[in-house]
Amino acid sequence: MIRIGIDVGGTNTDAVVMEGKKVLAGVKEPTTADVMSGVVAALKSVLAASGMKPEAIDVVMIGTTHFTNAVVQRRDLAPTAAVRLGLPATASLPPMVDWPEDLRSAIGNHAYLAHGGHEFDGRVISPLDEAELNGIADDIRAKGIRSVAITSVFSPVNTQFEVQAGAIFEKALPGAHVTLSSDIGRIGLLERENAAVMNACLRDLSKLVIDAFRGALDACGVKGRFYLTQNDGTLMDAAYAERFPVLTFASGPTNSIRGAAFLSGVAEAIVVDVGGTTSDVGALHKGFPRQATVAVEVGGVRTNFRMPDVFSFGLGGGSLVVDGPGGVKVGPTSVGYKLTKEALVFGGSTLTTTDVIVAAGRAHLGHLDRVAHLDKGLIARTEAKIADMLETAVERSRLSPEPLPVIVVGGGSILVKDKVGALGVVKPHHFAVANAVGAAIAQVSGEIDRVYSLASMSRADAIEDARQKATAVAVAAGARADSIEVVDVEDVPLAYLPGNATRVRVKVVGELDVA
Amino acid sequence: MSPRGYVLQESDLLPLSLGAALLGTGGGGNPYIGMLRARELLRKGGSVEILPLGAIGDDDYIGSVGGIGAPVVGVEKIKQGQECLRALRGVEETMNVRVSALISAEVGGSNSIEPILTAIYAGLPVVDGDGMGRAFPEVQMSTFFIYGLDPSPGAISDDKGNVVVFRKVVDMFWLERFARHIAVDMGAGAGFATAPMKGAYVKKVAVPGTLSQALDIGRTILDARAKRHNVVERLLVKTGATLFFTGKIADVRRELRGGFAMGEARLTGVGDHVGSQARVSIQNENLVLYIDDKPVLMVPDLIMNLELETGEPITTEMLRYGQQLAVVGIPAHDLMKTPQALRIVGPAAFGYPELTFVPLASSNPPRTMGRPT
Repeated sequence: MIRIGIDVGGTNTDAVVMEGKKVLAGVKEPTTADVMSGVVAALKSVLAASGMKPEAIDVVMIGTTHFTNAVVQRRDLAPTAAVRLGLPATASLPPMVDWPEDLRSAIGNHAYLAHGGHEFDGRVISPLDEAELNGIADDIRAKGIRSVAITSVFSPVNTQFEVQAGAIFEKALPGAHVTLSSDIGRIGLLERENAAVMNACLRDLSKLVIDAFRGALDACGVKGRFYLTQNDGTLMDAAYAERFPVLTFASGPTNSIRGAAFLSGVAEAIVVDVGGTTSDVGALHKGFPRQATVAVEVGGVRTNFRMPDVFSFGLGGGSLVVDGPGGVKVGPTSVGYKLTKEALVFGGSTLTTTDVIVAAGRAHLGHLDRVAHLDKGLIARTEAKIADMLETAVERSRLSPEPLPVIVVGGGSILVKDKVGALGVVKPHHFAVANAVGAAIAQVSGEIDRVYSLASMSRADAIEDARQKATAVAVAAGARADSIEVVDVEDVPLAYLPGNATRVRVKVVGELDVA
Repeated sequence: MSPRGYVLQESDLLPLSLGAALLGTGGGGNPYIGMLRARELLRKGGSVEILPLGAIGDDDYIGSVGGIGAPVVGVEKIKQGQECLRALRGVEETMNVRVSALISAEVGGSNSIEPILTAIYAGLPVVDGDGMGRAFPEVQMSTFFIYGLDPSPGAISDDKGNVVVFRKVVDMFWLERFARHIAVDMGAGAGFATAPMKGAYVKKVAVPGTLSQALDIGRTILDARAKRHNVVERLLVKTGATLFFTGKIADVRRELRGGFAMGEARLTGVGDHVGSQARVSIQNENLVLYIDDKPVLMVPDLIMNLELETGEPITTEMLRYGQQLAVVGIPAHDLMKTPQALRIVGPAAFGYPELTFVPLASSNPPRTMGRPT
C-alpha cells in the first residue's frame, strides 16, 4: 500500500510517501495563510521526489496542529456561547471557570447557566425551560455569536436535554454551529464542557481547514482515502474531523513521538519536536508515547481526553528574539509560516531564533551577511536562553534521574545542540519530517458504544462482546488483526432503565495493515 | 503555627487538595472541584482562618459539615454552593445555638474543603483537625460519633433548597440510614451538617492537625515534582507509608448502589510484582487490599493508589483501565484503632466479618520502591 503522510504545522507543511515500512521521500514546504497552497506544494513536491503518480496513492493521512495552535495562540477562534444545563446545581462553578483569562476573553466569555440536567439515575434535576433557552438564544443572536456549546449534567447517561436544547438553538440561530458535550466527552462535567466549548470555537476554522485539505488533494489528482489523525494516534475520516476539530488536539505530538520512535528505533527516550512556533516534549516508553493518566491541559484548559503526556512551550525556529532591560526574551510570539519572508537571514526585518543560530555559525540558511551586525553578547545570551528553555522543558518530562537519550525532530531542530543539559541528543534520518511519518503510520481504531442489558448476560460477557465487535470494526477499517490492543473500557450503569442496563464503551487500536 | 492559627492563602489550595486527595484513600470526593470553589470564593474577597485545636474555647460550639453522596456524582453534578450552609443553619436553628467554628468530619478528599467553603460563606474559622484522619463512606464513622456525640439533630440540604432536619435520631446508625436515603433522593450529592459539639469534646476526640498534614503532604508532592524526584518514594519517606504493590489496572468495576460507589479494581503486577495479582475493594474509599487473594491491608488503615510515575493520588472515580499504580498503606490514627472504633470502622463493619484487623505497624522505617513488605 502506498501512503502519504502530511503534517500541517504552524510553520511548515511536511509530507512523506511511504511504501510499507519504507520512507520513499520526505519534503518540507512552508505553510501558507490559506493552508491549501502549502499542502498542494508539499504534495506535488513529495510526489515528484518519490516518483509516484497521484493515482497510485491509496490513502492520505493528515496530522495538523492547526487547531491546537489556534487555541494556544488565541487566534482564529469564533466567539462562542457556553450554555450549561443544570440549574440550580453547578452554580458554584460557571463554565470556563478554570480557563486562562486571555483565552476566555478571546472567545468572548459568554457563559450561560440554564435549567435542565439529569441526576445520576436519570431523574431530571429541573425541566428544560424552552423560554429560558430562547431568551439565551436571543442574547446570543444580539451579540452576533454563531458557535454554541451545550453541556448538560449527566448527559453521558442521558443525552435528551442536550439534543433538545441543540434543536432549540439550531432553530433560533439558523446556520449556527452547535456542539453537544455528550458527543465528545465522558463523565466529568468541567472537562467535558471545556472540550465542547473549545470544539465550538474551532468550528468556523475547521470548515476552512478541512475544505482546504480536500481542495489540495483534488488539485493534485490524489483520489485515495483521506483521514485525519486524532489525539490518541488513530485516524478519523474528514467529515467527522470537520465536526469535531477538538479531537485533533495533540495529534501533532503523538505523530512526532511515534514518528521519532519509528525513525530512530529507540524505545526509551525523551522526544523534543521543535517546530516553527512551539516545541513539544514528550516521553517515549516501550516505543509508544507515554499517556497522561490525569487531566491534560491544552492551551491552559483542562480536558479528559486520552492523550500523550506532552508539554508544549513557545520556542521554535520562528520565535521572536527581543532584547530588553529584563534580559533577552525568546517567544512565544513567532513569525510562524512567514519565517522565510520575515526573518533577517531571508531578507526580512524581524529578529528570530533562526537568525541567531545562523549568526552563531551553527546553521547555514539564507544570507549570513544579513546577521553579521548582530551583537556577540546578544547572540550568546539568546543561545543560553534557548538552551535553558529546552533543558527546563526536558527536565519537566523526565520522571526519573536515569539518563535517557533526547530524540530531536522537527524543522526547528537547528536550535538544539548535541546535548540538552547532560543528556545526549539523537537526530534520526528524516528527523525534519518525523511528524508526517507518524501520521503515515497512524493506528486504526474500532470503537463500540452500546447499551447492554445485564439481566440476561454477565458484565464480563458484555465487555467481551463489545471487544469482539470493536475488533471487527478496526479490522474492517484496515487494522492488522494480530496487532489489536484494547485501550479503553468503560461501563456506566444506567440505573434509570429497567433490566440492569449498562452502557459499555470499548475502544481497540491496531497497526494499519500495510502489506 | 501561631496560637491563633493562619489565614488560608490561594497558594495553599493546590497542596491542600493534593494532600486531601491522598488522605482520602481513593474516596472523599475529588478535591479539584472543591479547590476551584474555594479559589472562586477567595478571589471574590472571601477569607478563612485555620485555628489549631487548642485555640478553641471549651464552651464554644463547633459545627461539622460535609458533602454526602457518591464521589462520581461530585465531578459531574457540581454543587449549587450553599448546600452545607443551609444544612448548618438547619441544625443551629433546631438546637438554638450559633457555632463559633467549623471542623471537617473527614480530612480526606473534598470534605476537607467543604467546611472551608461554608466557613467563608458564614464568616467563621475552621479547626485544624478532623474526625477520621482520612475518609470513610458513612456518617457514623468519625471519632465524633464513635466516642459518644448525641447524633441529634442532623440536617441535609440539596442544590434545590430543600432542607431536611433529623430532629431526633436514636443513634448514629439511624442518622446515617436516613441521611443516606435522602442523599440518594437528592441526587447522591448533598450537603450535610451534624449536631454542633462543645469545644471541650472536640479537643478530646478530634484527630489533630490534619489540615496542616494534608498541606504538608501536598507540598511534598509538588516539591518532589519540581525537583524531579521519585514522588512515590518521597511520599513513603514523608508519611512513613509502606509500598505494598505496583501494578497495572486490568479491570475496574464500579456501580452506584444505595448512594455509594461500590466496586473493585484488579491489578496485574509490574516491576517487582510481575506474576502477582492484586485486588482493591471499594466502597467510595479503598477498603481492603488483597495480593494473590490474601488480604494484606484493610480499614481503618489507609490504602492509597498513586500513579506510579507521577505520584498523583488516584481517586476511585479516576481509576481507568491500563493505569499503572503504586498501592501504599499508612497506619490510621490511634483514635481510629481502639476496640470502640474498630466496631464502627474495622473490616467487619464494612461487610468483611471473616477479616480480623491486623494493624500496619505505626512507625515504619522509610522504604524504597522495589522492596515491599
